[in-house]
Amino acid sequence: MSRRSLPEINAGSMADIAFLLLIFFLVTTTMDVDTGLVRKLPAMPEDEEIIDDSQIKAKNIYVVLVNAKDQLLVEEELMGISQLREGAKTFLDNWGKNPTLSDNPQKAIISLQNDRGTSYEMYIKVQNELSAAYRELRDREAQKKFGVNYTELKGDNKKEIRKMYPEKISEAEPKNVGGK
Amino acid sequence: MSRFKKKKGSGTPAISTASLPDIVFMLLFFFMVTTVMRETTLLVENMLPQASEVKKIEDKSLCSYIYVGAPVTGMKAKFGTEPRIQLNDSFKLASDIQEFVAAKREATAEEKKPQLITCIKADVDAKMGLITDIKQELRKAQAFKINYATYASVD
Repeated sequence: MSRRSLPEINAGSMADIAFLLLIFFLVTTTMDVDTGLVRKLPAMPEDEEIIDDSQIKAKNIYVVLVNAKDQLLVEEELMGISQLREGAKTFLDNWGKNPTLSDNPQKAIISLQNDRGTSYEMYIKVQNELSAAYRELRDREAQKKFGVNYTELKGDNKKEIRKMYPEKISEAEPKNVGGK
Repeated sequence: MSRFKKKKGSGTPAISTASLPDIVFMLLFFFMVTTVMRETTLLVENMLPQASEVKKIEDKSLCSYIYVGAPVTGMKAKFGTEPRIQLNDSFKLASDIQEFVAAKREATAEEKKPQLITCIKADVDAKMGLITDIKQELRKAQAFKINYATYASVD
């Protein structure tokens, strides 16, 4: 061999370059998963259509009002947010025992109405508590029947529980009562 | 005595750093793959509320985001301090939402259209009046599936 063998390239700085890139990606990465409360909006009412809610007995409706000062009025009584979950559960799980509460969970409807001045934070809190009430009832029923929580159920079993406690949260057409 | 002093010169052998680049590259690839670049710059303050009954969004590409909140500090002089709606990269009015939803629907494959979902990312200080307007517009646009974006809290 006439030529001298090539000297080895120093790879010592490779780690530095890789570190530089690594730090760039570390900084730019956002690991946030999108989470939230999923709801379904009702279709827009047809013109001139009068919604007939006289068919539903008043005792099957759980009226939740939130005013512009973020105060709760549940079934015409002032209530704190911490009591709402229990209140909703008692209403849903009444099975006709108390004549002023719902006949059964299938017929029960929670009617939620808020003001334009209600804060978004309060609204989400109320929605969350109502969801929690349904979830706790479903979990209890699922535990009794299948020994697992509702979210772990699959297929028909899940449908069965959902049919027992259908989540019926109705939101009234917007009104502006409390001014701005 | 010299027998014991023999080793002093050599010291501990240097740890080989030859595999260091490999390890770093491995981490690098991990982060490169998981990184999702933000496609919109936030023009509004966006402190989401907390909730415990949250669900995860399976496919982010089916999501159209509506941001609501007070304009960020640099934008206050121009756009005021009241909460506003941001669609894509600019401030919009509630009446623009129908168009926005329609554009998203247009860009989605036919079989995935029923799964489209609208994510409302609203600030805790926003008032329900604005949210109600958004909801009414979404109903008009027939985009019924919505998601109130919240942070997951443990209770």
